[in-house]
Amino acid sequence: MPGIHTMFEASTLSDAVTKLLNTFGAVAGFLAILLIVFYAAGRATGKISRPLTILVFLGPAVLLILIGLIIPAARTIWLSTKSDDSTRFLGAKNYTWAFTSDSIHQVLLNTLLWIIVAPIVTTALGLCIALLVDRLKNEAVYKSLIFMPMAISFVGASIIWRFIYETRDSSQPQIGLLSQTVMALGWKHPPNWILSHPLNNFLLMVIMIWVQTGFAMVVLSAAIKAIPAEIIEAAKVDGARGGNLFFRVTVPMIRNTLIVVLTTVMITTLKVFDIVRTMTGGNFGTQILANEMYSQSFVQFNIGRGSALAVILFVAVLPLVGYNIVQLRKERGNR
Amino acid sequence: MVREPLPVRPSPRPVSGKRDAKHVRRVWEPYQILILTWQGGVRRLCWLPGRVTYARNLLLGSSGTFLPVKGFFSMATVSYRKATRIYPGTQKPAVDALDLEIQDGEFLVLVGPSGCGKSTSLRMLAGLEDVDQGGIYIDDRDVTNLPPKARDIAMVFQNYALYPHMTVYENMAFALKLRKTPKHEIDVRVKKAAQMLQLEDYLGRKPKALSGGQRQRVAMGRAIVREPQVFLMDEPLSNLDAKLRVQTRSQIAGLQKELGITTVYVTHDQIEAMTMGHRVAVMLDGVLQQVASPRELYDRPQNVFVAGFIGSPAMNIKKVQLNQDGAVFASLVLPLTREQLAAARAEGGDNQVIVGFRPEDCDLVSASEGGLPIEVELVEDLGAEANVYGHAAVNGSNERFVVRTDRRHMPDMGETVYIKPRVGQHHAFNAATEQRI
Repeated sequence: MPGIHTMFEASTLSDAVTKLLNTFGAVAGFLAILLIVFYAAGRATGKISRPLTILVFLGPAVLLILIGLIIPAARTIWLSTKSDDSTRFLGAKNYTWAFTSDSIHQVLLNTLLWIIVAPIVTTALGLCIALLVDRLKNEAVYKSLIFMPMAISFVGASIIWRFIYETRDSSQPQIGLLSQTVMALGWKHPPNWILSHPLNNFLLMVIMIWVQTGFAMVVLSAAIKAIPAEIIEAAKVDGARGGNLFFRVTVPMIRNTLIVVLTTVMITTLKVFDIVRTMTGGNFGTQILANEMYSQSFVQFNIGRGSALAVILFVAVLPLVGYNIVQLRKERGNR
Repeated sequence: MVREPLPVRPSPRPVSGKRDAKHVRRVWEPYQILILTWQGGVRRLCWLPGRVTYARNLLLGSSGTFLPVKGFFSMATVSYRKATRIYPGTQKPAVDALDLEIQDGEFLVLVGPSGCGKSTSLRMLAGLEDVDQGGIYIDDRDVTNLPPKARDIAMVFQNYALYPHMTVYENMAFALKLRKTPKHEIDVRVKKAAQMLQLEDYLGRKPKALSGGQRQRVAMGRAIVREPQVFLMDEPLSNLDAKLRVQTRSQIAGLQKELGITTVYVTHDQIEAMTMGHRVAVMLDGVLQQVASPRELYDRPQNVFVAGFIGSPAMNIKKVQLNQDGAVFASLVLPLTREQLAAARAEGGDNQVIVGFRPEDCDLVSASEGGLPIEVELVEDLGAEANVYGHAAVNGSNERFVVRTDRRHMPDMGETVYIKPRVGQHHAFNAATEQRI
């Protein structure tokens, strides 16, 4: 017995050693290739020296972007002009379908609702909390608590909230926090939350807001703290207090940050997929663009339509991202 | 030539420096926020009297000309009555029982080394700092617990504190807009202030597009359009370059004279204090040392600190032995009157006295005339005259001296010169209390 035991140990040990050596070997090989490339690039003189430098430094990054981003994007655009099995060329037919089909109308409407309501509520709430928490003792504790949902994935958050929205027949004991609360407040027969359209859309947005508010709060709180104390004092001496001080001095001074937060949350919202997928699977009138794209591509296997929706989403996000970058640059310029 | 005065005695580290003081933030428990929200409502009711005054001004207008009316708007005296500020978490007051009366239309300068409480005093008057004990009165109205808004004051900050998102025009109009002044009146007032300060061409610009001097003028303009009862200025010139500072110094003094508005001005620069102020208040460690006209301050400093702080280069101040005629300065005896001798021996004076004489109040004499021999270490040639720095052995210890001399008699380094303070021009202080005798 002890013999087998040692043998077993020895085999795991040798296994581990082999793996370790393999790892070292891989790293060493990689370094060796790098060294050779750099050495070659360093030795290069004359005409090829500059192009080679550019190639060595830029090449890997460009290659990765090409494989991970540009080729798939181009392929998606190409596929969006083809039929469900990518065999026939359809031109813009998939797009016509996307903008004329009734079922997609609901999807577009929901998406629009999401990108308007969720970012605005998130930013407003984040700003309020930032202002309130700013004055508290142990500020960091409260901030961490509010920021914590950011660490939970959308799927995890959705599962938590599914329990909150859980509804049972009103004769039975409730396990859903929401149902139990409204019943305790006197609403005898609350509806099945997830099934009641259009309320369910907003209930799903609450999850998004819950997760993103922490982010908005942290960024806005930092912006508020960056306002020089003297300017606030000057405004006080000038006679500004409360609302006047807030809307005429504080908000204009953090305007750029507000816009950055708003657009960032908006982009996240446009791309949101996990919440709807986990909570309703897009049923009961809660479907949104990202989830519809997934359904078309991987449930109904209509690659053409799925790709078309992906392109629409991409085009919708693009101006927001551009604006966001411009604002970020402006803010940096102000510092 | 602006030189930092040589400190006579090392000033203790300030308990809370000026910068720290500004950043002391109030920290509240959640329940306190609820209470404060409620109190906010109550406090608003308490302002009703102020509202009535405001409504009256609105109804009567400012005589239709929109110009500051002397005797109605600018009649204001300011009094600190035992005003004390103790920062939370410290024992020593930042401002200790300050008693100060400022006359209507007066230009009072608060001066002192950093951390002496001069800025805190100003901020207490502005309502940006709590008053822990005592009170502050503007025109015999108790403003101790009023918010800045209700005090009718305007303040110019060291860093100007202009609103970066507003144009120059909007910056100056902001306070008036908040007070719901009619649009055309705002326009007239802002344009007039802009004209006074040569800012007309910049009204549409944002502060970012202005130079330091222009920003400073906008900050001034923002205060002027308010037509307040009191102007408060917190080192408004310290961010300007030396030449512009001298220019702006006279401009501010001129403006104040023209408008006749009571002004409290904080600076650490004694040249500014001496040239601008009708009266100067010298502070140290939160305690007021002396308030007097610049002349009086220079000629009759009340104590050793003021004597050493005012004047550049600083007064030569030494602690020496007494004899029956006066203060013994090695081979020299500075005569003191009988009263001075008695005062010097009283209150633990211990047969010693502190005497001081200004660098310009002594002559270079020849060796035979019985001057104090001084070995020259450094000669500063200022053009019109020269400062001679040197040391001499006085009663066994090596003491440093500064003498201001005519340029024609400028000694060389390493040379020995003989100095003799002019009779009657020296100052004497009790060795224990450091008060003037």
